[in-house]
Amino acid sequence: MSDAAAVEYVARMPALTTEYVHIEAVGMTFATRRGPFVALRQIDLAVQKGEFVALIGHSGCGKTTVLNLVAGLIEPSVGMLLCAGREIAGPGPERAVVFQNHSLLPWLSCFDNVYLAVERVFGSAEKKADLKRRTHEALALVGLTHAEHKMPHEVSGGMKQRVGIARALAMQPKVLLLDEPFGALDALTRAKLQDELMNIVKAAGSTVLMVTHDVDEAVLLADRIVMLTNGPAATIGEILAIDLPRPRDRIELGENPQYHHYRTAVLEFLYRRQAHVEAAA
Amino acid sequence: MSVTLVAASPPLPLPAANAGAAPGQAPTAANAAIAADLNLPFPRAREGRGESAVSNASDDAEAAQRAAAYIAAELRRERVRSMLLTILPPLFGIALFIGLWALVSMTSPQLPSPAKTWTSAVKVFSDPFYRKGPNDQGIGWNILMSLQRVGIGFGLAALIGIPLGFILGRFRFANAMASPIISLLRPVSPLAWLPIGLMVFKAANPAAIWVIFISSIWPMVINTAVGVQRVPQDYLNVARVLNLSEWKVVTKILFPAVLPYMLTGVRLAIGVAWLVIVAAEMLTGGVGIGFWVWDEWNNLNVEHIIIAIFAVGIVGLLLEQLLLLLARRFNYA
Repeated sequence: MSDAAAVEYVARMPALTTEYVHIEAVGMTFATRRGPFVALRQIDLAVQKGEFVALIGHSGCGKTTVLNLVAGLIEPSVGMLLCAGREIAGPGPERAVVFQNHSLLPWLSCFDNVYLAVERVFGSAEKKADLKRRTHEALALVGLTHAEHKMPHEVSGGMKQRVGIARALAMQPKVLLLDEPFGALDALTRAKLQDELMNIVKAAGSTVLMVTHDVDEAVLLADRIVMLTNGPAATIGEILAIDLPRPRDRIELGENPQYHHYRTAVLEFLYRRQAHVEAAA
Repeated sequence: MSVTLVAASPPLPLPAANAGAAPGQAPTAANAAIAADLNLPFPRAREGRGESAVSNASDDAEAAQRAAAYIAAELRRERVRSMLLTILPPLFGIALFIGLWALVSMTSPQLPSPAKTWTSAVKVFSDPFYRKGPNDQGIGWNILMSLQRVGIGFGLAALIGIPLGFILGRFRFANAMASPIISLLRPVSPLAWLPIGLMVFKAANPAAIWVIFISSIWPMVINTAVGVQRVPQDYLNVARVLNLSEWKVVTKILFPAVLPYMLTGVRLAIGVAWLVIVAAEMLTGGVGIGFWVWDEWNNLNVEHIIIAIFAVGIVGLLLEQLLLLLARRFNYA
């Protein structure tokens, strides 16, 4: 889609002012050795400013592909993606990604990993002392002040993932893209980081798009859960608005019938209607 | 270990383990002494609740102390055993080698015995830096001259090979262009390049350096290129999401990620260079360990040839270890 067409589109749709991410009629086809592989078709989704949207689906359904499209790491075969009214033409710091495997650079300390991102985004406008202050603040936000100068291999998996989150937050992105950020962590660490993430998102008012395969995580964190059908040619099967009051407490939610209702709805979608067909593999 | 220390700690295996883990250290000694002064009873799981623990304290202390001593001794034994296992086999191998050598030298009179070689080596190394004319210099000078040639040839190869490797790894077109030439030239015996060097440079010393250059450049080119190709996609994705400048990508991501591969290439290259120098110097002459070997062969001084072989081996080993040390420094995992 050309820039002119995008501009025209924005002019046509005033609602876009509150829509931070706009995905319209997006399809993704990969060229493989055995011919074209249709991963996604007809994805339509709008994420409002300050909204927390969780993408859920069985593994291999293309959740991460959707995220990579929004991140700009890949380009859609058809359709278009807008971020804050502008076409997504490639990766950019206004859409920060927290990768599943943290992706910290092992030769830089936790501080320097975050600093690299801060320097890139604010380096041209701010002095070095300000950049350092931003880095310290981001690490303090995820509770890692004490481990700033440790190397990534010296800290635990949960701490690495927190550095990854700090790196993303420090860039003050318009949209935070989380690709199964807690998937590789143990249950206790995951719960702790989920709580921390809720606090951080609340404090920063972030707009979040999160890929997960964890039903509890999705219901706990999200304002809306987007459920994808099974691939190939996956699309959005259902969107569930989670109308639970915030701040949410995982223990109190255990006794909330509404919470169980949402949980059951997602489970029903995943395991009844989209039961994974293993025979195909 | 003091008695009080063990007696002050209630569960039996714990103080014993502490005593074994840190012999000579008594961090809890002060606490233990206080506890002993107060004569505090320490209840034990295996004792009945109603029984007085105080009356059994000394017996238990003795038992605990015995256990601690036993475990400490066992740990010591284990340490000695593992130390012997690391030292003994190599020593045994060397002894066997020297024994075989002595045996062979007894049956074949041309081969000097280990003892004779040793006395000769002591003499050679007692004055390694003498100079009696251009063709008669100490072994120290010979080794240093060889190292200098290797250094220059290898240095030039690194200067050209590593950037070339980066280019080949980064640009597919360049890689496809260069790979048939590299595949063709790499297996060529290093000495086949010597006549070309002699022809171009019209002197022996640059020709020898040229041979080192051409034979040690390939491992560095190939390893660097492979390293660049294998930079994990994750790191490149980070670079893309952060929108890093090309300069930052090279300095913060590519270079550090490639460094381990590069250092492996450097290590292989140094190995090849040191292998080749002896042969090259045999042909070009001058001062150098290779020339020295050839000179001693002409003098029929076989002991010196054997000494040279050991010297070459030891220097090569040291170079290798040095680079391994360097490589370990840049291992991030």
